[in-house]
Amino acid sequence: MKLVQTLIISASLALLLSSCGEEKAGGIEPSVYTDSLFAVMKADRTNYTKLIVARLGPKGADAIYPVEHWKDVENGAPLPAQMFRAGSEAVRDLTDKFTYTLQSEWPINKQNAPSTPMEEEGLKFIAANPGENFYGTEKLGDKSYFTAVYPDVAVAEACVSCHNDHKDTPRSDFKIGDVMGGVVIRVPL
Amino acid sequence: MKYWIWVAWLAVVVSIFSYYSWRLFATEEKSDFLIGETSYGHYQIEMSCDSCHTSAFGGTEVLQDACENCHAADLEMAHDSHPTKKFTDPRNADRLEVVDARYCVSCHTEHQHEQTREMGVTLPDDYCYHCHEDIAEDRESHKDLPFDSCASAGCHNFHDNRALYENFLIDNANQPWLLEIANLEVPNAANKTIKENAVSLGLADADFTKAKKVNVTETVLNDWAHSSHAAAGVNCMGCHQGEDKEWIEKPGHEQCGSCHANEVQTFTEGKHGMRLSTVLSKPLKPMSPSESHMKFTETGQQSHQNCVACHQSHTFDRVFAATEACLDCHADEHSLAFLDSPHGQLWQANKSDKETAAEQVSCATCHMPRMVKGKGEKQIVSVNHNQNFNLKPNEKMIRSVCMDCHGLGFAINAIADEALIKNNFNGQPGVEIESIDWALKREE
Repeated sequence: MKLVQTLIISASLALLLSSCGEEKAGGIEPSVYTDSLFAVMKADRTNYTKLIVARLGPKGADAIYPVEHWKDVENGAPLPAQMFRAGSEAVRDLTDKFTYTLQSEWPINKQNAPSTPMEEEGLKFIAANPGENFYGTEKLGDKSYFTAVYPDVAVAEACVSCHNDHKDTPRSDFKIGDVMGGVVIRVPL
Repeated sequence: MKYWIWVAWLAVVVSIFSYYSWRLFATEEKSDFLIGETSYGHYQIEMSCDSCHTSAFGGTEVLQDACENCHAADLEMAHDSHPTKKFTDPRNADRLEVVDARYCVSCHTEHQHEQTREMGVTLPDDYCYHCHEDIAEDRESHKDLPFDSCASAGCHNFHDNRALYENFLIDNANQPWLLEIANLEVPNAANKTIKENAVSLGLADADFTKAKKVNVTETVLNDWAHSSHAAAGVNCMGCHQGEDKEWIEKPGHEQCGSCHANEVQTFTEGKHGMRLSTVLSKPLKPMSPSESHMKFTETGQQSHQNCVACHQSHTFDRVFAATEACLDCHADEHSLAFLDSPHGQLWQANKSDKETAAEQVSCATCHMPRMVKGKGEKQIVSVNHNQNFNLKPNEKMIRSVCMDCHGLGFAINAIADEALIKNNFNGQPGVEIESIDWALKREE
């Protein structure tokens, strides 16, 4: 009898404890989170390119002059890709809850080429499947990440001409509307 | 008997504990606690342990905060090519396992004297290899270059490449060795602090009635009356009176700083005044040549580095401070060769002529460059009193001073030629750095 009692109590305790873990996790899906982040990034990036840099033109105005070595030029301002990268670096000083980078299979600076297997897979996927995003999980160091890759599309003539004509570019046939690279967003799991 | 042994033991333990506690917390002399000789950059402040070790608990992060506390602004100004934020992205995880470039101490480990080399680097000199091993694929010219030559050949620096990056080389290629001699801006920072209604003062306006010792000699009064202080309406009380209205016998850098804030600030950032920096947990006694690792004159050994060590009190002669003051103490090969060098010869011939003084090269012209901020009437020109500002690595001098008068190619070669530096640039460079040629070739 005592054995039956013990078994019943143990079974109910086990049931009680196991049910604790079954509660559905709250919060938003990682992909919704990264999609939302990307929407903001894309909006800002497009706006900076079209509303500021494209309007100033390569010669700029008296007040501001977009140029690659902008720090070294009086009135120099960062190019759209550099502005985006500056944002990415500034975010890293503010939070470690997510990171993002701008990469390309055809980078002007080789350090911005994909460096992890998932980055390579993601960048190839978005180039081959226009309009689609790429999602996956990967382990870097001892941490796991949800990794999303979004297409970075040439939105203005300045993007295309600058990349096609740069002496360090590995590709010189970009057209407006082409996927020139990708935004990689990572969320630690 | 046993009782006394315990009392004696306790007394010995308490004495030892008290002695070391006193050494650690109450005195400046803490050498017993040093775990190894400190680097050239930090030995002056090695007795201010808690300036870097700000907390007894916490590791690399705490040290990183301490490094940034003193060096962050400099790195920002240098357009640091490898800021820590470049490495914090998780995609660099595999690189960080080799060199954790998020932290200064990964490359600049302190208290490792036998491993410490130029620039306080404690890593093997071929560290560039870890991230740039395939550089020859992009740069044909770099094919057979050894990786320990990247930063030692006048071509690259890890942090500051403002005078060395490709576009700059191209923009300044093919310049003659000597350009038009620059006419440097005249420092005006202190002038901006002169009161609007100030009038030039004479002997009768000195006002030393509060002086406790009556030792105000005629020489002192005459020196002051001919100084820029008298001309700017600053009498004895201007410097010798503290905030509490009491007479200060020997005004220190704090008093000077009330009008010369930028000069005092930069002075405490360099090797002359770093011991007086407010960034330290508490200021140490001023540096003296006798405590330095460098070569100094016998007579200079006992001086202490404060403002008046170079700007003699009461005369405050800027011409004296620009060279003679330096040579009163510094006795290394480069310093001793100055007066016989082309720069030194011109300086001696023309230093007293105010008309051409701004075109002459003194020690200070190169080692304490003028800083210009703003434009027009708002322009402020001050002398950077941090002698280390452009000294390490010395390529920092190329843009901040050499190119005021010399072409880029000449400047790069000159600054890479150790023999030429030793004889104080007496002759043409015997070293030829090919970076400009390589950059031009890639443009073709």
